[in-house]
Amino acid sequence: MIRDFFRVSVVDLDSGRMNVAEHEGRDLVAGGGGLAAMLFREYGHADRPWDDPDQPLIFAIGPLTGYFPLMSKTVCAFKSPYHDQYSESHAGGRSALSMRFGDMDALVIKGRARRLSALCIGARRFEIRDVEFLRGRDTLSSGKILRSMFPGSGRRSMLRIGPAGENGCAYACINVDTYRHFGRMGAGGVMGSKNLKAIVILGDRGFALPETPAYPKLFQTLYQQLTDTEIMNKYHGLGTAVNVAPLNELKSLPWRNLQATHDPEPGGITGEKMAEERLLRNAACAGCPVGCIHIGYIREQFKKNYQYRYRQVGYDYELLFAVGSMLGVTDSFNALQLMDTVELMGLDVMSAGVALAWATEALEKGILTEEQTIVPLRFGDAANYEKAIVHLGRAENDFYALLARGTLKAASVLGGADFACVLGQEMAGYATGEVFFVAEALGFRHAHLDTGGYSYDQKHEDKDVRRAVDFLVEDEKKRCFLTAMVSCLFARGVYGDDMLGQALESVGYARLAQDQDSVGENIQRLRWRTRIETGYDPDAVDIPKRYQEVVTWKGEVDPEYMAALKREYARRIRELGKPPEE
Amino acid sequence: MKKLSAARMEQCIGCHSCSLACARLVHKQLSWNKAGIRIRSSGGMAAGFEAKLCLACSPAPCAEACPTGALSQRKGGGVIQKRKLCIRCGKCAAACPVDAIFLDHLVNPYVCIHCGRCVAFCPHDCLEMKEISVKEEGAS
Ligand code: SF4
Ligand code: SF4
Ligand code: SF4
Repeated sequence: MIRDFFRVSVVDLDSGRMNVAEHEGRDLVAGGGGLAAMLFREYGHADRPWDDPDQPLIFAIGPLTGYFPLMSKTVCAFKSPYHDQYSESHAGGRSALSMRFGDMDALVIKGRARRLSALCIGARRFEIRDVEFLRGRDTLSSGKILRSMFPGSGRRSMLRIGPAGENGCAYACINVDTYRHFGRMGAGGVMGSKNLKAIVILGDRGFALPETPAYPKLFQTLYQQLTDTEIMNKYHGLGTAVNVAPLNELKSLPWRNLQATHDPEPGGITGEKMAEERLLRNAACAGCPVGCIHIGYIREQFKKNYQYRYRQVGYDYELLFAVGSMLGVTDSFNALQLMDTVELMGLDVMSAGVALAWATEALEKGILTEEQTIVPLRFGDAANYEKAIVHLGRAENDFYALLARGTLKAASVLGGADFACVLGQEMAGYATGEVFFVAEALGFRHAHLDTGGYSYDQKHEDKDVRRAVDFLVEDEKKRCFLTAMVSCLFARGVYGDDMLGQALESVGYARLAQDQDSVGENIQRLRWRTRIETGYDPDAVDIPKRYQEVVTWKGEVDPEYMAALKREYARRIRELGKPPEE
Repeated sequence: MKKLSAARMEQCIGCHSCSLACARLVHKQLSWNKAGIRIRSSGGMAAGFEAKLCLACSPAPCAEACPTGALSQRKGGGVIQKRKLCIRCGKCAAACPVDAIFLDHLVNPYVCIHCGRCVAFCPHDCLEMKEISVKEEGAS
């Protein structure tokens, strides 16, 4: 191990200074999500709003980051502009390794810069620079300028926001190294509220490795399992986009604002079509040999006489759902074009797609006017969606500024809440059934990866509330430990308890290796407690009526089963989030 | 005598597995810098990746610049490194025309010794070990 405590870089944007703090607690919270929650309790303010300058924006890595393959993610934690409660988002890119080699277990950013600024931090570097000239700039062109301002290619991770983050959009994302994102719950809005356009993390240190033979041997085994065997083929080959066709067949792919779960003509947005026709190449997060990042291309004629421009666009299942099926866009070029525009604006793609799907139906139903939407939104009409995404990112008028606060917020003012596809936040693309709807609506990050609710739906036809909720709670606990490491969740098939135990042990964390279960539970409780203290009430979460109208391969959704699941899951969450007994 | 070359970098996914493996196995370090091969994007991820790697020069300018013999000419190309002789003057890195020598903050030079241990860790088959002919005049 590098150290048995946490080394935390605490940056204060008010004073423009930083401090290195040491925190105990490795054996209790491990790192990642556990460490982030611990740090929020130390530096955060449950009772103050998310944009109070003193609220921290936290990034945390885990004890195995850099030591083993696929321990390649970073947890970002903050009070969310979406619901003003504590939340988390996870991303990879180079962020985790840059933090590891920048010699920090966590980075805490407090305060608000007076003008738009960029922070550069490393093991031997600290600098805050005025970048007011980047205000309103999209993520792509900002990245180009920032790269030349802060050299360090190959050991640099660059986190940046687009116009949406600057405009306080509740679902603005933080772009990480172009192709990854802290996407959900509005982390980009928090950066914007701090007047922080970019964070450049320089990973310029190295550390001695354990001298035992166990470590390199185990590395070899894990590396082989993660590359040679079938387990990861899916992520490398077609990528998560492989899910489009089977979920469509399973009547679980949301189409046109979830008015349908299947379409006989998914067109060009299946994983196979994307790979055959649009895939340029793969890329990877640093420290991950799997390379699940899929990069496609768009080509556009900008002038007669064969004058083209082209752009490389990352795609994934979630993106194909959000700006593809959800908006009725089935042409692969069009879908990639929308992804690109979402990227430039710095929006969370799922929320942006789902919000515009709602707006489309609202316009159809006469709840909205074309004056409000500026362009006539119609399912399948990509050209107008492209314009709408820019309006949304730039908060162009009152309507888009309102929609940028969340679909249900907009619906509460304008009407149309029944068909808002919101499960805690704008939904992920798995209309698999009751367990998933409840799991995402109530889950900690309102993400499909909080638990395997979507896969539970696909495997179980019975309606056993107890069993389903037991599964959610237990599965979340395991994921809590993994996201304290912070492992990519795609590797969960390889990093079972035994492997994780061996890995931790081989680099000197014997206690953590033995206490996985209790540490996982401790983290789970800590996160829920922190969340509830910031105002979360699982009973108050609404599941819009649209979810009762969904038809999956199992048939119609059973509202009573869904309500019972929700009651029981809420009860369990409240129990998990209870303050510990004296 | 073999030489490592980053022969197919257009296949690179930027995973750094190669540099991490070199640091781990050759230099016993957890690092992506303290390695004979370093990966960087060629101006943003969209532009693809390049490798900073020793070309196995013969004669080797870095060895010629080294005042102590810590780096000496390897037969056929590249250098043999004797860490104990290094006085950390950094002249080798300055002499290398392709920025293949990494100096850490203590001015320890890291350079590829063409052992090939990284090759097995590249999942995309970007790296290659190739036989090089040993030219007598290249030897020191
Ligand atoms: S380190 Fe540089 S100068 Fe020395 S042999 Fe390699 S490429 Fe040539
Ligand atoms: S050939 Fe050996 S020294 Fe050179 S980069 Fe590969 S592992 Fe390092
Ligand atoms: S291991 Fe291969 S794919 Fe990965 S960074 Fe090195 S050269 Fe590129």
